[in-house]
This record gives sequence, C-alpha cells and structure tokens, in this order.
Amino acid sequence: MALTRKGRIALAGGLFLLPNFLGFLIFTSLPVLASLVLSFFAWDLFTPPKFVGLHNFSALMKDGAFWYYGYNTVFLMLAIPANMLGSLFLATVMNRKLRGIVIFRTIYFLPTIVAGVGTYILWRWLYNPDYGLINTVLRAVGIAGPEWLQSVTWAKPALMFMGFWTVVGGYNMILYLAALQGVPPELYEAADIDGANGWQKFWAITWPMVSPTTFFIFTMSLIGGLQGGFEQAFVMTRGGPAGATTTVSYYIYNHAFVWNHMGYAAAIAWVLFAAVFVMTLLNWRFGGRVVHY
Amino acid sequence: MKKLLTYLILGFVGLFLLLPFLWMLSTSVKPAGDVFTSSDNPLQALRPREVRWQNYAKVYDVTRHMGGGFARWYLNSLLVAAVVTLGQVTTSACAAYAFSRLRFPGRDKIFLGYLGTMMVPGAVTMIPNFMLMRQLGAVDSYFALMVPPMFSAYGTFLLRQFFMNIPRDLEEAATIDGCGLFRIFTTIILPLSKPALATLTIFTFMGNWQSFYWPLIVLTQDSMKTLPLGLLSFLGLYNTQWTLLMAGSLMMILPMILVFILGQKWFISGIQLGALKG
Repeated sequence: MALTRKGRIALAGGLFLLPNFLGFLIFTSLPVLASLVLSFFAWDLFTPPKFVGLHNFSALMKDGAFWYYGYNTVFLMLAIPANMLGSLFLATVMNRKLRGIVIFRTIYFLPTIVAGVGTYILWRWLYNPDYGLINTVLRAVGIAGPEWLQSVTWAKPALMFMGFWTVVGGYNMILYLAALQGVPPELYEAADIDGANGWQKFWAITWPMVSPTTFFIFTMSLIGGLQGGFEQAFVMTRGGPAGATTTVSYYIYNHAFVWNHMGYAAAIAWVLFAAVFVMTLLNWRFGGRVVHY
Repeated sequence: MKKLLTYLILGFVGLFLLLPFLWMLSTSVKPAGDVFTSSDNPLQALRPREVRWQNYAKVYDVTRHMGGGFARWYLNSLLVAAVVTLGQVTTSACAAYAFSRLRFPGRDKIFLGYLGTMMVPGAVTMIPNFMLMRQLGAVDSYFALMVPPMFSAYGTFLLRQFFMNIPRDLEEAATIDGCGLFRIFTTIILPLSKPALATLTIFTFMGNWQSFYWPLIVLTQDSMKTLPLGLLSFLGLYNTQWTLLMAGSLMMILPMILVFILGQKWFISGIQLGALKG
C-alpha cells in the first residue's frame, strides 16, 4: 500500500500523539465530563447512584458551610497583593549589577522549591505557642504571642504569613526581574535629566512598564488561590480550629474522600471550575491589552 | 553607600527567609527533651546545647515498623518521581512534535482541547480518577501512583512552544537527504531542545517528589507511601517528637535543594518560558 507523503506525515503525527492523547483522554478529558455527569447524581459508592437533577447545586447554594469556606478561601487570597508587592520590591532591589546576586537569588528561591509537607510541618513547629521560634522572638521584644494555629482569629493570618515566606522570592520575583530588565534604560536617563526622584521614577516608569507582568501574576495567583489551601491546612490544622482554615478545595476533599458524597463533591468542584474559568477569561480578554513592550 | 544599603536589604531578607531552615536544622540535632524549654531568647533557642546527629538515624529506626518506614518511603518517592518524569517527558515530547510539525486531520482542535483542560482544577478530575482506580482494583498500587500523573497537557504545551521556535531549514535538508520523521525527531528536534527538556524534567521531578493529594487518595498502606505521606503518618504517631520530625523533613527536602542548585539555570529559563502565555 503506497501512501502519499502527506498521508505518511498524517499517520506519523497520529502515532506520535497517540500515547499522550490516550492518557489525556482517560485521565483528564473523560474525567472532566464524568464529574459533570456525577454532579447530577447522589452517590455514596456503596449503593447505586441516584439521579437528583440540579439538587446538588441548589443544596450547595443553601449550604452555610460552603459559604463560610468560600469566605475563608477569599480571605486567604487577600495576601496576594502583599505577596506581589514583596516580590516586586525584591526584584527592584536585585535589578542591579552586584557581586553575589546569584547567591541571594538562590536563597530567595529556596522556600518555593521545598514548599510542601516538609515545610508545613516546619511551620507547625515554628508556630508552636510555647516552644516555637516565632513566639520566642515575640517574647524577646515583650509581646505575648497568640496561639496561632489553634486560634480562630490567628490561624488564617498565620497561613498567609507562611505563604508570604514561601512565594515572595520565588516565581513571581523572577518574572518581575525579567520584566524590569526589559525596561529601556533611556527612560530612566530621561527622567534623571528631568530631575525625577526614585519614587516618581517608580510610579511613572517602572510600575506601568511591569503592568503586564503584574496582571499576569495577579490572575494566575487568583486562579491558584481559588483552588488552594488544602495541603497546608490538611498538614497544619486539619482545617480547624472550628473550620477556620477549611477552604473550598478542602471541603471538596472532605465530601469526596471522607464522607463519600461523590456527587455533591463533583458539584462543588464544578462550581470551583466555573469561578476559575471566569478568571481565565478575564485574563485572556484583558491580558493582551495592557502589554506594551 | 547605596551599594551598602542594597546589600543590607538583601541580607536582611535572606536572613528572614533562611531563619526557618536554621530552626529546622537546629531542632533536628537537639536532644529530644531540649525542645520543650520555653525561652525568651531566640539565639539561645536556636543554638543546640549539644549536637546529636544520631537523630537522623533514629528517624529510620522508629519508623521501621510502619511498612518499612522512612527508607521505604524514600525509595517509593524516588521511584515514583523518576518513572513519572520519564513517562511525562517522553510522551509530552512525542505529542509536542506531532503538534508542532506533523499535519493531520483534527490536530488543531485536539490541541485546543489540551489548552482548555489546563485550567481545570485538579479536584474536578481527581474524583472520577479515584473511582477508576477503585474499579480497576488499583488502590494501593504503583500503577495508581505512577500512571495517571504521567500524561501532562502542560508539558506538551511547554515543549510545543519550544519546538515551534526551532528553524525548519535543518529538517528540510534532512528530508532531502532521505531522513525519516522519526530520525528527524531523535537527531534534530530532541538535541536542539535540550534546555526545554531539562526544564521540564526538573519541574516534573520536583513536582512529583512532593506530590501529595493524589497519593493521599489512592494509598492506604504504609509500605506504599511516598515521603510526604509517610512523614504525615509519622507526624500522626509521634506528634511531639519534633527533633525527629525536623530531621525527617530536612532529609525530604535536601534532594530538592540539591536538584535546584544544580539545575538552577534551567529552572529560571523555564519560568520565563512558561509565562509566555501561549
């Protein structure tokens, strides 16, 4: 059987794609559809699934716990601007030809690199009210530190501060650094001639020039934040105290893998997906417009 | 003067970021009881009264009854991360070649499908995937740990971006010389893409070394656990043994620090490559 050149290329294309495509089909795209279907059922894994229409979704809207955990999720996301400002500040300080800058960059990146169960256990220990380093430091300056992870008031701020430590010198700083290096030096020279001070130069040149990066980091952080909060809460607080650190993704985990409410969990997951989708659309829609380099 | 100020700021931030690690190291070598002395002097709290490196060996000893313990978890993590990385880089590279170079019906629609799923939260696919593993009787198996994470739209996307920028002249010359598509892939595309392949390898390896959610769902037995899960059950059993917990955590993150320092160049370039939003 003789194939044309075009046919041979098409056949090869199919074959090259096949392994990845099969995996993609089985473990990603079909599961997306399956969970959508599942969200219209009530299923505890042991009795046959029962079709319930939109009941899961209407129950979700009336589910006080869901709204509280949604509030927690958004509350934790309030750290995003602070994290970004920190990264931008670090990037501006580092955007200089200095000896040893690579060493600093390596150190700043370490928390991001190793973030995971190991650092969550570490922070649990740092936050120990009696013997942890943080309250020890606070005692040294005469402050009686709170109970941190055991306190309804302080558990969320504690997780946010840990998040700041994790991300401030990581990916976002590198992205900002790259953006800063793309700013033409002539702009600063012209501003110098006009007698602008550092603060004016920052707001008139740096800030607008890095705005596409800011936008990119912001939307990506929102997307990540909406889905986040499970792992650290699972390791550090088990979602407590009194649900104060349970996020939407933690709630999904509980419904699906602790209480066997598969359909309800799928419904929450799809609501989360919808929120992420809106963010992504905003990113695509407005992301291109502010790019000006 | 300005230089000095810069170094001062950089140094201060560096200290802030390193301090938790110093605390980790210091705790990990203290005698077990010493961590429970409340102090109002941070420097004193950070300095071990005596240094006990044997804590590290003790982590292995006290976890041994947990399905083999720390050594076993270490091997599991290494094995899972290595196999998943190999699988992901290979299948992604092949798919990226097809997407960037080989024209076939439906190609661009399929690629759009790949792009579309990149924003789907993990929780959405996790539930059906868990049920699939349950149906297959694959709970507590290496199959469940390794195979589902092996296929990545992200890796395919990253490599495709890179392949698109490789000039086509070389391939045309090779085609005229009678070189087949597979040869072109292995002798031209792959060697020219070493930076992107290195980046993806490092990212994937590190991501899977730390992977938590999926193993948490599909594993129940201690002997199958990867490091993060093992460490977590260790925490559950010995939640006041902070010296050992810190030693264990430190041993878990050490390989990542090494991989990062050795592969830093690829890492930094990879971040910038990944941010070139399509």
